[in-house]
Amino acid sequence: MGKIYADVTSALEGLTFDGMTVMSGGFGLCGIPENLIAALRDSGVKGLTVISNNAGVDGFGLGQLLGTRQIAKMISSYVGENKEFERQYLAGELELEFNPQGTLAERIRAGGAGIPAFFTATGVGTLVAEGKEVRNFNGRDYVMETGLVADLSIVKAWKADERGNLVFRKTARNFNPMMATAGKVTVVEVEEIVPVGSLDPDHIHTPGVYVDRLVQTVSEKRIEQRTVRSRETA
Amino acid sequence: MPRTREQLAERAAQELQDGFYVNLGIGIPTLVANYIPAGMTVTLQSENGMLGMGPFPYEGDEDPDLINAGKQTITEIPESSYFSSADSFAMIRGGHINLSILGAMEVAQNGDIANWMIPGKLVKGMGGAMDLVAGVKRVVVVMEHANKHGQSKVLKSCTLPLTGTGVVSRIITDLATFDVKPDGAGLELIELAEGVNLDEVAAKTEAVYTVSEALKAG
Repeated sequence: MGKIYADVTSALEGLTFDGMTVMSGGFGLCGIPENLIAALRDSGVKGLTVISNNAGVDGFGLGQLLGTRQIAKMISSYVGENKEFERQYLAGELELEFNPQGTLAERIRAGGAGIPAFFTATGVGTLVAEGKEVRNFNGRDYVMETGLVADLSIVKAWKADERGNLVFRKTARNFNPMMATAGKVTVVEVEEIVPVGSLDPDHIHTPGVYVDRLVQTVSEKRIEQRTVRSRETA
Repeated sequence: MPRTREQLAERAAQELQDGFYVNLGIGIPTLVANYIPAGMTVTLQSENGMLGMGPFPYEGDEDPDLINAGKQTITEIPESSYFSSADSFAMIRGGHINLSILGAMEVAQNGDIANWMIPGKLVKGMGGAMDLVAGVKRVVVVMEHANKHGQSKVLKSCTLPLTGTGVVSRIITDLATFDVKPDGAGLELIELAEGVNLDEVAAKTEAVYTVSEALKAG
């Protein structure tokens, strides 16, 4: 059975339903599945719980789904760059669960690995630990955090072969590999699909077993904080 | 004279040691990268998935796939490596990073730190701060001694929601440097900024602290 779909609309066909949980890869706007996010918006699906480190910016990335009020709840570590997010949150229209970034990454990794919960020192003695089990191991307190899974994971990779073996590029990897493992269905958009055998098996970041559907896209890849040095001072 | 931002960064750079793997927070801590002593090998970690962070790119060389934790475009260097967020925080939470230099809103004399949330204001999130303070071997705070209302940020106990408890080892402010002694033994003033005297620090610090023998003798 082939994994390759012609476009992002068909790649999501039959996978979306109201009230579903979606994981979306990326850090800031780096490594986000921007075309699949747009397709999710166009699908009209509502009441989404979205698990993503950040919430995009106004009008781009997950900001597009906020603009159309398709998101009911976000699970994130940092959401500072989005005015529409701020407005909806302060108006009580949007539920928000903050996780420490490492806890979020590990919850997703654990979910994908079939681990229902784990203990971490992160957040002990803070608001994050409220209502959670704390246990002492070797003299130090740790808080229990649960694994996360999603109905759908949307992921951005650089290259894939036709069987869904993935290679990421630079810091665009971030949350994508774990999210690929934690979706009941994982759909990946890539810049290039290459024939089987053209990727070095030792250089594959995510094996194809985690990938259900693949689609080749062209990304805008917006830069959030363009920062440069001048050639004169070098 | 209180230390300027640049002088704070320069002072914080004295915390670096040859061979260290270091995570620098946003703001003044980011400037520490400009003061790594010549000949010292220090590897910078960026929690979004990179070890061996290079400088900002030249104009035209920006790569949207290559950013730091502040979402700024950066560059790679020959020793760089990339990894997932889970690997990145395994490094941080597993105690493999030697030093974290970060800013704070408040630090208490027992090493508690608050730097992510002001109740009643829109909260942007803690990002990786709670993981860094809980997992990195040594946590050094660099901050202004007082907030914009002139109130001490070095406190008996934090008033804001905490980022971590008992995790800070050293506090470097524009006026002075304090060590947080282990096992709840409190703060020790170990250094004054140039032109700042003991009375000024005493007047502007809410926390209780002792003064090091070297400073008393000074």
